[in-house]
Amino acid sequence: MAKKAFAGIALLATAAVAISGCAGGGASDADNTIDGEVKGDIKVVTWRTDLVEDGTFEKYAEEFNKEYPDVKVTFEGITDYAGEMLTRMSTTNYGDVIGIPAIKPDQYEQFLEPLGETTDFEDTYRFLPAASYDGTQYGIAWGGNANGVVYNKKIFEEAGVTELPTSHDEWLDALQKVKDNTDAIPMYTNYKDGWPLTQSFGNLGAITDDPDAPITMAEDPAPWTEGTDVYAIDGLLYDTVAAGLTEDDPLTTNWEQSKVDLGTGKIATMPLGSWAISQMQAAAEENGGSADDIGYMAFPANVDGTQLAVIGGDYNLAVSKHSKAKAAAWAWIQWVVEDSGYTEAQGMISPVLDKPLPENLQGFEEAGVELMEINPAPAGKEGLINNVADDSQVDLYGPIYRQKLVDIARGAADGDKESYFAELNERWGASVEKLAG
Amino acid sequence: MAIATPGAAPADAPAVLSAPARARRFGGSSRRTDRRRGGSAGRNVLQHLTPWFFLAAAVGLLLLFTYWPALNLFYFSVTDWDGIDLEKNFVGLDNYVQVFTDPRIFSVFGVSLYYFFASFAQMAIALYFATLLSFSTRFSNLFRGILFFPYLINGVAIGFVFLYLFQPGGTLDTVLSWFGVADPPQWLGNPDVVNWSLAGTSVWRYTGMNFVLFLGAIQSIPHELYEAADLDGASRWQQFWAIIFPGIRRVVGLSFILAIAGSLSVFEIPFIMTGGANGSATFVIQTLQTAFTFRQVGLASAMAVVLLAIVLVITWIQRKVFPDEKVDLT
Repeated sequence: MAKKAFAGIALLATAAVAISGCAGGGASDADNTIDGEVKGDIKVVTWRTDLVEDGTFEKYAEEFNKEYPDVKVTFEGITDYAGEMLTRMSTTNYGDVIGIPAIKPDQYEQFLEPLGETTDFEDTYRFLPAASYDGTQYGIAWGGNANGVVYNKKIFEEAGVTELPTSHDEWLDALQKVKDNTDAIPMYTNYKDGWPLTQSFGNLGAITDDPDAPITMAEDPAPWTEGTDVYAIDGLLYDTVAAGLTEDDPLTTNWEQSKVDLGTGKIATMPLGSWAISQMQAAAEENGGSADDIGYMAFPANVDGTQLAVIGGDYNLAVSKHSKAKAAAWAWIQWVVEDSGYTEAQGMISPVLDKPLPENLQGFEEAGVELMEINPAPAGKEGLINNVADDSQVDLYGPIYRQKLVDIARGAADGDKESYFAELNERWGASVEKLAG
Repeated sequence: MAIATPGAAPADAPAVLSAPARARRFGGSSRRTDRRRGGSAGRNVLQHLTPWFFLAAAVGLLLLFTYWPALNLFYFSVTDWDGIDLEKNFVGLDNYVQVFTDPRIFSVFGVSLYYFFASFAQMAIALYFATLLSFSTRFSNLFRGILFFPYLINGVAIGFVFLYLFQPGGTLDTVLSWFGVADPPQWLGNPDVVNWSLAGTSVWRYTGMNFVLFLGAIQSIPHELYEAADLDGASRWQQFWAIIFPGIRRVVGLSFILAIAGSLSVFEIPFIMTGGANGSATFVIQTLQTAFTFRQVGLASAMAVVLLAIVLVITWIQRKVFPDEKVDLT
């Protein structure tokens, strides 16, 4: 009897497996293209929960409706956007307008509606490579950032740092002065929250003036060798921590508090994208500091005396392949990117080429920093650096290997800079051989 | 209910029921209704099926939310799926080979040992208080409540509370400074201390559950035994070893199985408090990182299957080594 019942359950389970295998796939409606009539309901899924809550998006929708009255726009904000969206992608119902999560470029066609040839967009928009695959464009960045270091001007003055550091050694000297002459933490890693550690990786390319840096790295069997971008980026983190110029207990850091501390001068520097400037300024104002105290500098490295800063797009807005109102979704993207005023309000770089740089990057111009963009990857190599990172389990875009780096630098784990970089090279090299050979 | 059917025993029949009456009473097939109403066959089937309907809801949920995902897990573990791609390529046992050959994957089981050793402290504390509070103690209900309370709090909240407790200059350091501890270690920042801190948090949280299990078991022991022991002049300590401990041995055994399975699959507390950094990553955290940070859902599924197998094997060994003896207090 028990056996029979078990067989029955097994049969049921097998049948269920068979049925679910056949599910999926969606019918396409001939009229439902991005060039069709702009009408219908669209749902915008976004990571900016704050703008959903404070009604900014509702105002955008009202403005949008003046031009396109037949579209009903609804919004959904997700706090853990990067994580939750990836899970949602396995369904067919993940909103009409989305920010492209961390899927690989060769998977875009499975989930996103193609918007046209990349070359057709080149005259109008910046930051196209990240959302392009095989010459087809799948998304438009909603705003862009420069990469560098946020710092507190007042603390630097107090410490007697008059010139902003433009090299590895000058950086360590400047932070040492901060440590000696002020009570501030010279650099805050935000180790516990993890993701702030990954931000300095955005400088890849700026150190050696290599606009093809991601591909260079993906094909280099030993990128943690002196003279490369990633060696300079991770080496700076290592040496700063090893010199005792960071917080005492990195395991108890707190991102929200760190914004206040930088604004009020308890923290001198944090390597973050330029998106952080407005948040730091707000935190400073709210806590008795001044927005003018917040400065932004390029990564401390230079090529023959010239400093460079990489600018790149934030999330790219895209139309879901399963949307029932693709034309409306595409109209929304174009409108929100060009006419909503989002980038101006957020102090971000507009993806529209004609628009001027935001005010908060004026310090860059004064310091003579040159902006650079990363080139699109050659065909067939779009996802190469991600694939190598995944395969070697060196999470370039995540905090795990950098937390280990910090642990070694502060003496909490075995090894030293050479041994850890050698280990990274070995893991990376093995995957490069497998995937890029 | 009177049993008077044609052809059955008379009213003053003996206690033994006649065959048809028995059939009606236990089997449900009634000749009388058969004769009166022709279309009752359907109702009969329905009656037969009734218990299955009650079962169906529970079994259905179990299949849908436990066995079905588990089957999927086995399926993913033989593919190279990255968690999002619509295509899943079959790679055979490659993922399992990698689990067993990559030293980085298995080395994290060392971290589980901290939680395993901490579980002994957890049992001891729970057993001590359960014994104490099973005798009449002043405010015993209050103390029971206090001890069980941590288990009711959400694990995420506990993580955050203890994060503040362990901060440099936080609650714990302040309390220690009252007792003259001037230079406390970094509870989470020091790699030699971090896992003990986390295991301690785990003990704080789960002691309440063990405590309630033990208390329930102790209270099911007949009260006369204590009275008899008292009359014989047994001390509390002797009563514990001769009556209480043997009486609840099965529950203690069960708790140990849960503790070992639990310490192999520790997750929330280290994940919330340290995110697995500073050498506190457990096997489950590593599985999660493999699946969602490195996007190797296939490999992560294989790791999950291996963890399941390890837990099953350890439980089986435990049952073999410590067989489940019948408790006999009489």
